[in-house]
Amino acid sequence: MPLTTAKSTGTTTSTAPAAGVRGAALDLDAVTIKFGDFTAVDSVDVSVRAGEFICLLGPSGCGKSTLISAIAGFEKPANGRIHLEGQEIRGASLDVGMVFQSSEALFDWLTIRQNIEYGPKMRGVAKKERQALADEFLSLVGLAHCADQLPRQLSGGMRQRAQIARVLANEPRVVLMDEPFGALDAQTRQVMQQELDRIWRTSGCTVIFVTHDIDEAIVLADRILVMTAGPEATIKSSYDVDIPRPRDEAGDEAIALHRKLREDIGAEVRKALQGQGLTQEGS
Amino acid sequence: MTLAETKPAPARPASDKSRRRGQKPNMTGSLRRGGLFIVSIVLGLVVWQLVASHFGPALVASPSETWQGAADLWADGTLWQSIWASSRRIFIGWALGVVVGAPLGLLMGRITIVREILDPYIEFFRFIPPIAFVTLAIIWFGIGESSKIVLIFYTSVFVVIINTISGAVSTDETKLRAAASLGASKSQILRTIVLPSAIPHIVTGARLAMGNSFLTIVSAEIVAAQEGLGALIWTSRNYGHIDWVFVGIIVLGALGFLFDRVLRVCVRPLRRYGVKV
Repeated sequence: MPLTTAKSTGTTTSTAPAAGVRGAALDLDAVTIKFGDFTAVDSVDVSVRAGEFICLLGPSGCGKSTLISAIAGFEKPANGRIHLEGQEIRGASLDVGMVFQSSEALFDWLTIRQNIEYGPKMRGVAKKERQALADEFLSLVGLAHCADQLPRQLSGGMRQRAQIARVLANEPRVVLMDEPFGALDAQTRQVMQQELDRIWRTSGCTVIFVTHDIDEAIVLADRILVMTAGPEATIKSSYDVDIPRPRDEAGDEAIALHRKLREDIGAEVRKALQGQGLTQEGS
Repeated sequence: MTLAETKPAPARPASDKSRRRGQKPNMTGSLRRGGLFIVSIVLGLVVWQLVASHFGPALVASPSETWQGAADLWADGTLWQSIWASSRRIFIGWALGVVVGAPLGLLMGRITIVREILDPYIEFFRFIPPIAFVTLAIIWFGIGESSKIVLIFYTSVFVVIINTISGAVSTDETKLRAAASLGASKSQILRTIVLPSAIPHIVTGARLAMGNSFLTIVSAEIVAAQEGLGALIWTSRNYGHIDWVFVGIIVLGALGFLFDRVLRVCVRPLRRYGVKV
């Protein structure tokens, strides 16, 4: 509790959403993704409301990343369709932004500011507007003081914030996040979760967030979708999370939900481990 | 109290030691390196002198004869003219090789059709040494500058292409995806992601190409060259001027060393692209 109140995120949420950034609804209809004969994801049906924050939760290697790669347009579903506000997604699009787990996704030879300006520059936004956009999102993620540094000069948490700013500066309607805090230490991760919660409420875009961390999902999500262990992974169950924000993962409701999710996901983790030739005994 | 007093006491001798260790080896290190360089040169000259006096001036020019030859060639302007002519050919041919090779390598690395069409020719010609083309180059491009420049270009372009391809192929997949989802088109990705990622490989290719150019300049100047270090070596042999041959060879080596150093300084601003020099 003291941690979240100290952040005083209340003031930022009351301000109007950033200009032009709005969530879009997303419909996945019997989406199946194959690599040759291998079926990674098997007929997933999900409807995401505009502005909703979804967490995809599941054991490592279950196909969560594959599924959002398809939403980003990097993989083509073998069957089924993905619609964004009624438009079918075919290939990468400006409406869908992606924050990658690895900060290798940043362009090392460009400064943080240049990284953030990359998207607007590619679509021909004038220099002055680009700078204004970069300034806005640099301060949103709290990186204004290192705008002119190269990614390698920043810490892991700062690099991930830079990635988030770069995606948001492009004003996408859906932001996909593939375990963006997976490589961070526990403390940094907790601060980043609170920051993301604040940024998401400011921007108002739809978020699909992949994680295998139950607490992370509880702190962030409107709705948690649990996936089965791959191959042929699909959505196993769905949990609405209506704990008021900003959330405390040590609160009573959160702990109760954690217990339910752990039981639900435990079966899948055991299946996944068996799939990898390991058996869990005596626990 | 006792703690506070005892603390600085052991610190002093330690810092004294570290100062002795920190400064002296640095000075002696560079002195020793400089000294060893001089020893190496002197030893080389001694061996050269011994070999020269054993075989006689008809076969091996001694260091002093070579020095005298260099002074004569310098005095009548031949040496400078030769250095200038060869440097110019190397620079133009090499630069063309890089300017043509790098974009071709990028396209071949990223576009399958381009690679499949050009690959057989690259793989064929890169095994044929430029000396095999000397006669043809003169027939096709005349006895002027262009035949020499074409040969230097030929020897540079393949090594640049092959290195650039390996850079373009190894572009980080995450960066390509990130750029695509940020709205970059195929050609924008090639220019803003693939090119910057390939720069370290292009620089390596350019340095190897520079070495190739020096290997090729002498054969390029065998036939019908009035000036140049290669021409100097060949004509001096015809006149029986062994000392001038020696001058040509030594200057060629020194020039190559110099060119590489200059190139390394020139690519220093590319460090943010991951170029290590």
